[in-house]
Amino acid sequence: MKLTEENVRYVAGLANLTLSESEIHQYADELSNILTYVDKLNELDTTGVEPMAQVLFAAGDPASLREGVQRTPLTNAEALGNAPLATGGYFKVPKVIER
Amino acid sequence: MNIATLTIAEVQNGLRAKQFSAVELATEALRFGQAENGKTNAYLTFSDERALAAAARVDAKLAAGEPIGALGGVPVAVKDVIVTKGLRTTCGSKMLGKFLPPYDATAVERLEAAGGVILGKANCDEFAMGSSNENSAYGPVRNPVALDRVPGGSSGGSAAVVAQGTAVVSLGSDTGGSIRQPASFCGCVGVTPTYGRVSRYGLVAFASSLDHIGPFSRTVADSATVLQTIAGRDDRDATSALHAVPDYFATMGESVKGLRLGLPKEYFAGLAPETGDRIMAGVEVLKKLGCEVSEVSLPHTEYAIAAYYIICTAEVSANLSRFDGVRFGHRSAKSDTLADLYKNSRGEGFGAEVKRRIMLGTYVLSHGYYDAYYLKAQKVRNLLTQDFAKAFEQVDALITPVSPFPAFKIGEKVNDPIQMYLSDIYTITGSLAGIPCMSVPCGATAEGLPVGMQILTKHFAEDTMFRLAHQYEKAGGFTA
Repeated sequence: MKLTEENVRYVAGLANLTLSESEIHQYADELSNILTYVDKLNELDTTGVEPMAQVLFAAGDPASLREGVQRTPLTNAEALGNAPLATGGYFKVPKVIER
Repeated sequence: MNIATLTIAEVQNGLRAKQFSAVELATEALRFGQAENGKTNAYLTFSDERALAAAARVDAKLAAGEPIGALGGVPVAVKDVIVTKGLRTTCGSKMLGKFLPPYDATAVERLEAAGGVILGKANCDEFAMGSSNENSAYGPVRNPVALDRVPGGSSGGSAAVVAQGTAVVSLGSDTGGSIRQPASFCGCVGVTPTYGRVSRYGLVAFASSLDHIGPFSRTVADSATVLQTIAGRDDRDATSALHAVPDYFATMGESVKGLRLGLPKEYFAGLAPETGDRIMAGVEVLKKLGCEVSEVSLPHTEYAIAAYYIICTAEVSANLSRFDGVRFGHRSAKSDTLADLYKNSRGEGFGAEVKRRIMLGTYVLSHGYYDAYYLKAQKVRNLLTQDFAKAFEQVDALITPVSPFPAFKIGEKVNDPIQMYLSDIYTITGSLAGIPCMSVPCGATAEGLPVGMQILTKHFAEDTMFRLAHQYEKAGGFTA
């Protein structure tokens, strides 16, 4: 699988990632190599094999649900404590609606 | 007291015999750790205040004649991807350079409840992505055994502090080998327990279906003590297992005579010659203890790395989407719109390997490719897990190398991501299956570089794994 620089720009957009021109160039090469390598999986016939979405235990682990008990959450100040920009008890972001 | 070689038992005996107090031990451990850190860069942050307060609590309990806990007074280091309340947790990333977590991870809570004294946070590859600790935004860790070489990764700092003696035990995390490989490179014991055995609450998520917390130590017993302390169900991690945690010490002293061990033939091709020799010397020790050794096959091994790098990067792309410059972490100063704020904060905050994995993960999950990559990899993961299940019908444990070669030179492999990924072949398979695995020392090369032997057992059979490792250690296997 060969990725073009155009493909890389598209994926970077999906990933919300600003990349420099040299990074785009580098990742086009590197990701192409990795994707070529992982094509190896197509050597295997997996017809009828269940995908393993979770590490489930044959030992019969029941659903790991807990009681719905009231717990004290983080305070507003704790939740905002690491925010790079916060005002009046809220996270602050650039304007998203034009008036 | 020789701080660099202490075991948990020696700490506790010394405290009870009043050879030193917990505060004296913590003070000396912090002094020694800070004095030695320039050599290895293994600690990113020291937590003097927190350590001395924890030690003072242990001394108060000793004075009152109360139990001090299984880790009472023991100096511990914690990998910097595991959150510690109010103590800087960087994940080895510029993204979290100033992050002060508002809560403790469950494993940290349990360590401290058992009297553990946290000296500081250990360096690691950025967000635990790497096999050499060269991906830390705060500089590489140097291997204490050979300072021009890597300590392995991603838990390089956690391995280095134990090998260097600047902590008695440490916590690391393992997603594809990040505990076992650095343990093997630095010559210490490193344990990846069964998936779900230890709560992941407070472990900054990398690949949630593969992430594990586990201990490093200089002896098998010390890793067993730490795992005993941190293991067990936690309501705050829905994937943490409900299975009871057995008393590892109840069976560790028993003979291993008659245990059936398998050597998977796929794991012994392509080894550095000295690595293969050391592993076989370790196997001889186990044979002398009465273990029955046979060859087994794990036929899908060659597909493990391809499956792993699809599954893990897919999970990376989802998990790391939380870093957006809004709630925590780096925020770009040059962004006028919300979309640019996200993109620029992430572009500036993440390092090269993290971006590479986000890109690969986003690609394999993108429209039109999901079935070809992610779904296919999940099916292959099932086949790999079945390989292990079949092998464990014939044998009680598997013995393999940890890494195809010993610690390499800093800078030697940084320019070839695929070569770096391929070096994780022997550890990634156990991670995908979620079975317990550990690295124990089995001697060193002629140059003096440690070699690690891996022991793998079926799900939740850590007791068998510890028994084998402990008997092997007692028989002199660490210097086989």
